[in-house]
Amino acid sequence: MTVPSPGPPSPVPVLALGDILLVTLPGELHDATAEQLQQDITERIARSGATGVVIDISGVDIVDSYLGRVLAEIARTAALLAARTVLAGMRPAVAITLVELGLTLTGLTTALDVDRAMRLLSDPVVERPEAVDRTEGSP
Amino acid sequence: MRVSEHDAAHEAAAQRVTDFLRRRREQIAQRWADAPLFRTVFTVSRDEAVEACKAVVDALAEVAADGRLEDISAPGFAAVRDQLGRTAASRARTGSSPAQIADEVAGLRAPVTELLRGEFADPSAPEAHEAVLTLAVLMGTLRLVVMETALDAGEELIERQRLQLMEVATPVIQLWDGIVAVPLIGTLDSARSQVVMESLLEAIVDQRAEYAILDITGVPTVDSLVAQHLMKTVAAARLMGAECIVSGIRPAIAQTIVHLGIDLGSVVTRAGLADALAYALGRQGIVVPGRPAAGASRS
Amino acid sequence: MMEVLPRRPAPIALPIGSDADLARVRQHVRLVATELGFGLVQQTKLVTAASELARNTLVHGGGGQAEITPLEEGHRTGLRLSFVDQGPGIRDVALAMTDGYSTGGGLGLGLSGAERLVHEFAIETGPGRGTTVTAVAWVTGVPAPRSGAGPRRPGAR
Repeated sequence: MTVPSPGPPSPVPVLALGDILLVTLPGELHDATAEQLQQDITERIARSGATGVVIDISGVDIVDSYLGRVLAEIARTAALLAARTVLAGMRPAVAITLVELGLTLTGLTTALDVDRAMRLLSDPVVERPEAVDRTEGSP
Repeated sequence: MRVSEHDAAHEAAAQRVTDFLRRRREQIAQRWADAPLFRTVFTVSRDEAVEACKAVVDALAEVAADGRLEDISAPGFAAVRDQLGRTAASRARTGSSPAQIADEVAGLRAPVTELLRGEFADPSAPEAHEAVLTLAVLMGTLRLVVMETALDAGEELIERQRLQLMEVATPVIQLWDGIVAVPLIGTLDSARSQVVMESLLEAIVDQRAEYAILDITGVPTVDSLVAQHLMKTVAAARLMGAECIVSGIRPAIAQTIVHLGIDLGSVVTRAGLADALAYALGRQGIVVPGRPAAGASRS
Repeated sequence: MMEVLPRRPAPIALPIGSDADLARVRQHVRLVATELGFGLVQQTKLVTAASELARNTLVHGGGGQAEITPLEEGHRTGLRLSFVDQGPGIRDVALAMTDGYSTGGGLGLGLSGAERLVHEFAIETGPGRGTTVTAVAWVTGVPAPRSGAGPRRPGAR
């Protein structure tokens, strides 16, 4: 059996594109790396005054309840700092699994890809009031 | 409960049959190759049929050598399952019933018994009887094994057809740039909704669709399970960044949904597919002049 | 892949003692599930379930080991995942299985969520006896989704 050893967790880079922070998650994410990322993003928003965060998860193979919690917390923390978070590019298999797991991340805004996520953040009119409003209120 | 003398006789007979099968492998295979079971499957090459027969003879010899004549789970039969399983499966596909196949396996017994009898100078001697009986038991077990395999193959066939039907019955259609739809027809069970969900989500990625319409006009009943499946699909699509619209809720179904106390919560619903399309277009900023079907729409 | 793996992969036992071990468990489960012919969605469910259960073993059981065992039963092919720890055990399994119940600061979806991702699920535990969680999934024949009676189909994804 040849399984590449996971290697030492390296931090996930946070890029700034204007007022928006772009984070591209790697396929395999250690718990500690995810936690670190959460801190990094919070600090970056506070420091730069970013108004939006796009988390590109198109390369992520699985999202378990731990990563799900981290993502939800990033969004909530960002919201406290007046930045909106969009989760972009979730794969179908990951989405099905998350729903089955019981994790629907209702508070999070989602987009098909980074491009649309950026547009969503730059143009407040394109936001989906219906989807967000109705789900956030439900228990 | 056997007396040990009997056991010894059984063992000797099993040994004799084992030796016989190994020694006359070629002849048995040659005879079997002409039997209907093999002839009908290996129509192109007789050599292939002979090879297949040899594999079965070898397997029987192994089972006999182990002394597990009546044990359908004997490891020796694994090869038979493999070999005859494929044979039986191809027969089942062409419409032969398991009973028919079992009959054909029974047909293998006569030629090999005849050969075995010929081994003995005096075919009425007790050893000869014992050996023939042992072979009969072995062939009976073989028949059971094949029967079992054939039944499995039949079940597999049904399962495969069911899945194919399911796939055929759930096409994902692109209605507009960025709008896909699945017209659901027939009963939605767990397996089928799984297929629907996967097809729809794949289409969302493929077509870069921000709107997905699930039209349930052709779904006869909506119970809480179906509703749950719909909700799951909607939730998964939302996670990917697409919005789902459920359309085609007939009045009777709307009533059922309310009676059952099913909460479709945040799901956007529309009466007809056209209304759902108009909604999705509207969300994209495309205004449709005039409504498609008079009276059908109140939103 | 450098070598051709045998038709049926051998059982594997992996230690669970750190973050990195969780990643290793996920990778192995993915590898074996792919090898056994699980479809992408099922693979994802299995890897996710493994991640939940392995983390459970790490956080609540104080570490332990994961056993990944390919199964063959008649025509069925499956995968068994066992997570074994010598930790304090679970006092109230029914409670631990409740959605949203958590003692580890998570979302409380670990056990109950993992159960929904597999076909068979069992917990063997008791106070002071450690915990063994076993999950089994079978390869289902649900065909790979074929999308697209659409007019245009972008070729590559």
